[in-house]
Amino acid sequence: MQNQLKAIMEEAREQLSAAKAVAEVEEMRVRLLGKKGRITEILRGMGKLSPEERKIMGQAANSARAEIERLLDEKFAAFKDMQRALKFKEEKIDVTEPGVVTPLGTKHLISITIDEISRVFMSMGFSISEGPEIETVFHNFDALNAPKNHPSRDMSDTFYITEDVLLRTQTSPVQVRTLMKQDPPIKVISPGRCFRCDTPDATHSPMFHQVEGLVVDEGISMADLKGTLDAFAKQLFGSNAKTKFRPHHFPFTEPSAEMDVSCFKCGGKGCKVCKGSGWIEILGCGMVHPNVLSVGHVDTEKYTGFAFGMGVERIAMLKYEVDDIRLLYENDVRFIQQFK
Amino acid sequence: MLVPVKWLEEYTDVNVSVDEFCDRMIMSGSNLETVEYFGQGIENVVVGKILSIEKHPDADKLVITQIDTGASEPVQIVTGAANISVGDYVPVALHGSRIPGPLHGQPKQPGGVTIKKGKLRGVESNGMLCSCSELGFEDKVVPVAHRDGIWILDREYPAGTDIVKALELECAVVDFEITPNRPDCLSMIGMAREAAATFGTELRYPDTKCEEKGAEKTKDFISVEIRKPEYCRRYVARVVKDIKIEQSPWWLQKCLIFAGMRPINNIVDITNYVMLEYGQPLHAFDIRTVSGNQIIVDTAQEGETFTTLDGTERTMTGDALMIKDAEKAIGIAGIMGGLNSEIEEDTTMILVEGANFNGDNVRATSKRLGLRTEASARFEKGIDPNLTVQAVDRVCRLIEILNAGTVLRGTVDVYPKEYRAESVKVRAERVNAMLGVELSAKEMEEIFESLEMKVSRLGNTMNVTPPTVRQDLLTEVDFVEEVARMYGYDKLPVTLPRSNDEAKKSRKQRLRDMAKDALLGLGMNEIQTYSFVSPKGLDNIRMADDAEGRKLIKLINPLGEDTSVMRTTLIPNMLEVFGRNYSRNTLAMRAFELGNTFINNHHLEDPLPEEKDMLCAACYGEQESFFTLKGILSEMLYKLGIRELCFCPEENVGTFHPGRCAKIFAGDRELGIIGEIHPDVAEKYGIGTRVLCTELDFDQLCQLADTEKLYSPLPKYPSIKRDIAMVVKEEIMVAQLEAVIKKEGKKLLESVALFDVYRGKPILPGSKSVAFTLVYRAQDHTLTDEEVSKVHDRVLGGLRDEYGAQLREM
Repeated sequence: MQNQLKAIMEEAREQLSAAKAVAEVEEMRVRLLGKKGRITEILRGMGKLSPEERKIMGQAANSARAEIERLLDEKFAAFKDMQRALKFKEEKIDVTEPGVVTPLGTKHLISITIDEISRVFMSMGFSISEGPEIETVFHNFDALNAPKNHPSRDMSDTFYITEDVLLRTQTSPVQVRTLMKQDPPIKVISPGRCFRCDTPDATHSPMFHQVEGLVVDEGISMADLKGTLDAFAKQLFGSNAKTKFRPHHFPFTEPSAEMDVSCFKCGGKGCKVCKGSGWIEILGCGMVHPNVLSVGHVDTEKYTGFAFGMGVERIAMLKYEVDDIRLLYENDVRFIQQFK
Repeated sequence: MLVPVKWLEEYTDVNVSVDEFCDRMIMSGSNLETVEYFGQGIENVVVGKILSIEKHPDADKLVITQIDTGASEPVQIVTGAANISVGDYVPVALHGSRIPGPLHGQPKQPGGVTIKKGKLRGVESNGMLCSCSELGFEDKVVPVAHRDGIWILDREYPAGTDIVKALELECAVVDFEITPNRPDCLSMIGMAREAAATFGTELRYPDTKCEEKGAEKTKDFISVEIRKPEYCRRYVARVVKDIKIEQSPWWLQKCLIFAGMRPINNIVDITNYVMLEYGQPLHAFDIRTVSGNQIIVDTAQEGETFTTLDGTERTMTGDALMIKDAEKAIGIAGIMGGLNSEIEEDTTMILVEGANFNGDNVRATSKRLGLRTEASARFEKGIDPNLTVQAVDRVCRLIEILNAGTVLRGTVDVYPKEYRAESVKVRAERVNAMLGVELSAKEMEEIFESLEMKVSRLGNTMNVTPPTVRQDLLTEVDFVEEVARMYGYDKLPVTLPRSNDEAKKSRKQRLRDMAKDALLGLGMNEIQTYSFVSPKGLDNIRMADDAEGRKLIKLINPLGEDTSVMRTTLIPNMLEVFGRNYSRNTLAMRAFELGNTFINNHHLEDPLPEEKDMLCAACYGEQESFFTLKGILSEMLYKLGIRELCFCPEENVGTFHPGRCAKIFAGDRELGIIGEIHPDVAEKYGIGTRVLCTELDFDQLCQLADTEKLYSPLPKYPSIKRDIAMVVKEEIMVAQLEAVIKKEGKKLLESVALFDVYRGKPILPGSKSVAFTLVYRAQDHTLTDEEVSKVHDRVLGGLRDEYGAQLREM
């Protein structure tokens, strides 16, 4: 029987090494280890042997069986590896082909800019309030202390719906609405559309956007205005941005100022964007005129406030170096997607 | 306001460089636009005296001159100028000199022109005689006397002197931007007052003390009556005799030129000079033409015609203020004098008028006539009536100084109600609180006094009286600004307000952000279009004549028809944008706009129309269909928590394809419309492909939106999936079948999803095969096959009974 086992083993080794398909190996397993397999038969025939012989032969048969199983598994694994390798080769892809995607849409540059400005002010505790695009002369001019004969009231400057109703020329009427409906403390910004009779060209648009801001509380000073807007400039244009406040005049603020920001393209050295001056005019601001506060029945002895307003198009165009305002309202998708 | 720095130095010292002057003036509140440097770009141009003029042998229009330029030999120059005579002093550009140009009849060269010697028709010419414009003067300021031809200098200068030095042509001219609250700064003295306060220098007033050498009195020659005191606060007149009309001396001409005005003759120049000095417009009438020795200030006859100095006949309205004599009008008050009373070469006696006219009246008349002048611009902004006497005296004094006439004694001054400045109480604490500083009352007092204000101070409270030219200083806060700008905005501290509120966005703002973000994520690009549109857009989208959207809000004064009405729908703008992109070869596009529309529902209690937020989303391109847009829309609405949608076929909206359009409902609320744009509409916008478009009432969405999220337990028990396919008539809609499935599937039906719609063999025409996947699940136990079959059979039965569905083998 020993010889028989030896022969089986040798035969198995030979056949395995010659095997070319998984099926052959599988067939071998059945032939050797299956119910009627040769090793099984040997094991089954051991009943006839003496206990001593049975012990020796049992060990030999079992180790032969284990050895065959090991060889079979090895062969199976080798076949599997081979098949995998083949499959991987077949399935190889060109990873440089483009991805499949539903492209993200892009926000309009004006929205992007308003969002940036709003984010900065919201981080400083400003809420957002809005007002109508069609306004009354009262809210747009009278309540903002604009002189009755101010040229901006002319039909050549302002679009009118009726004698008393117009398209707002600034977002400042939202200040008036806020003051009329809310008691101090007030801390709001109001972004929105404005309209003026400007024929469209590279730098003019009859419709444009502003962001207005208003703070009213006890003890608000012009130093607070400077601090708030300086912090805004640093957040929007980078921590190196410097600000300069110049006296100016607006009917609805007193004292009034214009704020320049050190040129964020050249850092103040002078370049095309800042026209060599190193500074860029960004916004108008000032302490809210008592006449305006009075419209909201605010106690002007107790409360003071500041207000500011900036042109969104101007900031967007400066920041992104857009050289023609009309591009913003043409909505060429190739333009829009540049700001993705 | 053009301020020549050299002229300004007449009134106060400027001890700093021009750059520093400008910077500090800006910081004290006088913003400026530009600084121009006169006299730059002129090199090696000298004063020359014309020694001889001979005819050119070969050219009729040229002459050969010999010029003394201070050298040992005269310089020969050939010129085409016709206005020169022997003995004239002229600017001579020598060989190798540079002038700003432009050369006569040529365009201006950046950087100027170099003059070289050469031959003109065979005769050597060693330079050029210059005109004013060749030396860089703008046409509008070239003195009348030198407009044609060579600049003949006003007097003798040493030959060979550099022209820039001889005529003192070098001057920085600062263009200050004067804000409407500071009309007092539209004058040299006003700007000098600012400069004096800024730099702590002294303000000097001009000489106004007349010698009055004439024996006669002004009042014997003229009487003045103001019939409309509401339009004329003051009228001051003086009479000057022995007038000699001639050119002004160069120093005076130069001031006007630098300040952007053209010298004309001595009398006109003096009135202009004094107007620029004081900001008070002045006028001179030839007294010969003033009949009855009477000046009457009164409004015009309605429809009366009047010819102004510029020779234009104008028709007046009844509220236009006129200067009249006993018989006729001789000037439009504050705007322009009449041709009939103009100063002529032979004028010998003049009336100098300095008056104070009502700004609104001047503005209205000026606007109606379309006639804006230096004078009207100043009156419109408001002038101190107390300037009139000084200004008229100054004119007369200058006439004396220039030896151009004899000033008569006295002044006629009609001043019904004297204007005095009110004093204003200013509290130092208040000023400090508003500015965030701690200045003493004394420091504030010094600032006020530097601006020529009178201060009486009691402790920390001041009563401040501004000079009457400062009509902008009316309340305490106006004085706060004076302190702030003179102290320096840059010196104010930088602090942050104590925080008072957390930042909030309204529900609507948050929902807008949410909707936008969802759409952006779904590949939609945001567009922004004008709020005003063309009314034609509604025809283009075939909007029904009786639609609400036809009730347009119109602008009274639009820029043009294209922007003449407020939009009631966003669709035309969207299609216009698509049309533009399509024509630029963009083959596919997805876009949305979230913006206002304007509803013409005028209520008496609110003067303003309703503004309604609308959302328009659209797409075109090979990949797009009704269902891609529907999917995008549904996904966006899902994000807003609006999940039970109903799409009802709509065949009667002209904008859309009648077979591919639906109204969108959530429950019984109509949210909007979706569909394929009607081919005729797409064609109108030049779009040669299918366009899908939806427009939703965003305010409705905001009302319905529910963004609260709650956890629901994940299922514990397995589900059972059953697919069904059935043949139904073509007109049976998927939503109808779904409704039956849901109704019959009851609680065990977890979901139903369409997975196929098939038309074609072996299905008969007019029918279609529709296939759904149904998922059954119980929350509390594992479903058995029998349980599911029972419900499923009911579903199948329902479909059969309600819509005659024939089940197909799967």
